[in-house]
Amino acid sequence: MATEQMTDDHSLAAGPAGSEEAESHSEHPTPLTYFKVAMTLVVLTILEVVLFLIDALSYGIIPVIAILSIAKFALVGLFYMHLRFDHRLFYTMFVAGLILALGVVFAIMGLFSWFDV
Amino acid sequence: MAQAPTAADAAAPEAHSDGEHEKTTTGLNHRKLLMWAFLASDCMFFATLIATYLVYKGKSKVGALPEDVFSIPVTSVSTFVLLMSSMSMVLAYAALRRGSLKGFRIWLLSTILLGSTFLGFQVFEFYEFINHEVTIDCHEFAANPDGFSPFEAGIAGDECTEGVDEYEGIHGLTPRTNLFGTTFFTLTGLHGTHVTIGVIWLLGLFFYSFKKGAVTPARHLDTDLAALYWHFVDVVWIIIFPVVYLFGVFEGFPT
Repeated sequence: MATEQMTDDHSLAAGPAGSEEAESHSEHPTPLTYFKVAMTLVVLTILEVVLFLIDALSYGIIPVIAILSIAKFALVGLFYMHLRFDHRLFYTMFVAGLILALGVVFAIMGLFSWFDV
Repeated sequence: MAQAPTAADAAAPEAHSDGEHEKTTTGLNHRKLLMWAFLASDCMFFATLIATYLVYKGKSKVGALPEDVFSIPVTSVSTFVLLMSSMSMVLAYAALRRGSLKGFRIWLLSTILLGSTFLGFQVFEFYEFINHEVTIDCHEFAANPDGFSPFEAGIAGDECTEGVDEYEGIHGLTPRTNLFGTTFFTLTGLHGTHVTIGVIWLLGLFFYSFKKGAVTPARHLDTDLAALYWHFVDVVWIIIFPVVYLFGVFEGFPT
C-alpha cells in the first residue's frame, strides 16, 4: 500500500499550499507505525485477559489492568487520533474533558458511598 | 469569520469552497475544534454511565449476575475486532493523505465491515443474555450447593423439589431484571448506538467518495472527523472492557 499512488479518476495530487495541511501538524506516522501500534494494542489486550484469567495477582490485578488500559487509551489517542502530532489545543481540550470525566466518576462513586465498602 | 482572500486561498479554491479553510480566530479549523469539544463532552457522558455501573455493582438482589452471563473469550474477540477497525480507519486516512483513493476505499470498507462485526457480536451477546438458559443437576446441587452461584442456587432451591433430577429453564437478563441488567444494557447499549452511528457515518463517507472531487487529499477533513469519532468509540470500549467485563467477573469485589 505504501507505494500506491492515486489511480482513481477522481484523484488529485496532494493539497496545494493553504490546504488543511497548513493549519495543523507536523509529520504523520507511516502505515508501518500504525500497524505496530495495532499489534501493541492486541498484545496489551491479550496480556490483560491472560493476567486476569490466571488469577494469580488477587487485588494486584486492579492496578495492573488499569495501567494496561491507560496505555492502550494513550496509544489510540496519541497515534490514531493524532494528538501527538496535532495542535496542542486539541490535546488540551480532550485532556480537560478526561479530567472532568474522572472527576464525575469519583464524585458519583463518592456520593453513593462506594469507597466506604 | 470571512476575510479577504489570500494567495493561499486562491491556490486552494476547492478547499475554500466548502469552508474547510476559513480563517478563524484560533487559527484552527472550527469543525475539528467542535469535534474535539464534542468528544471531550462525550467522555463525561460515558463517565456517568461507567460510574453508575460501578455504584450499583454487587447491589442486585435477584436475577443473573455478571459471572452467570459473561463470556470473556467471546468479548475478547469482539474487542480485538474493534481494535482492528481502528487500525483500518487510520490506514484509510493515511491512504487518503498520500493520494490513494482506492486504498482509502478499501480500508474504509474494512472498517465498516469490522464495525458491523463488532455490532454483530453485541447483538449475539444481548440475545444470549436475554435468553440465558440455566441447567441444574439437582443431585449435584444437593451434594455440593457451594459449587453454584447465588443465582443458580436460588433457582435450584425453588425448582429442585422431590423427584426432580434436573432443571432446565430460561432465566434471561434484561434491563428490567435487576440493577446489573439496567446499568449494563444502558452502558453497552449506548456504546453500541455510538458504533452504529459511526458505521452509518463511514458508509455515507464511502459512498460520498464516489462523487467526483468530494474526497481528495486536499479535502481530508471529512475523513479526519469521522476517524476521530471512530477512534473515540474504540477508546471508550478500551475502558468498558476491563471495567465492566473483567472486573465484572472478578471474585475479589463484593457481590
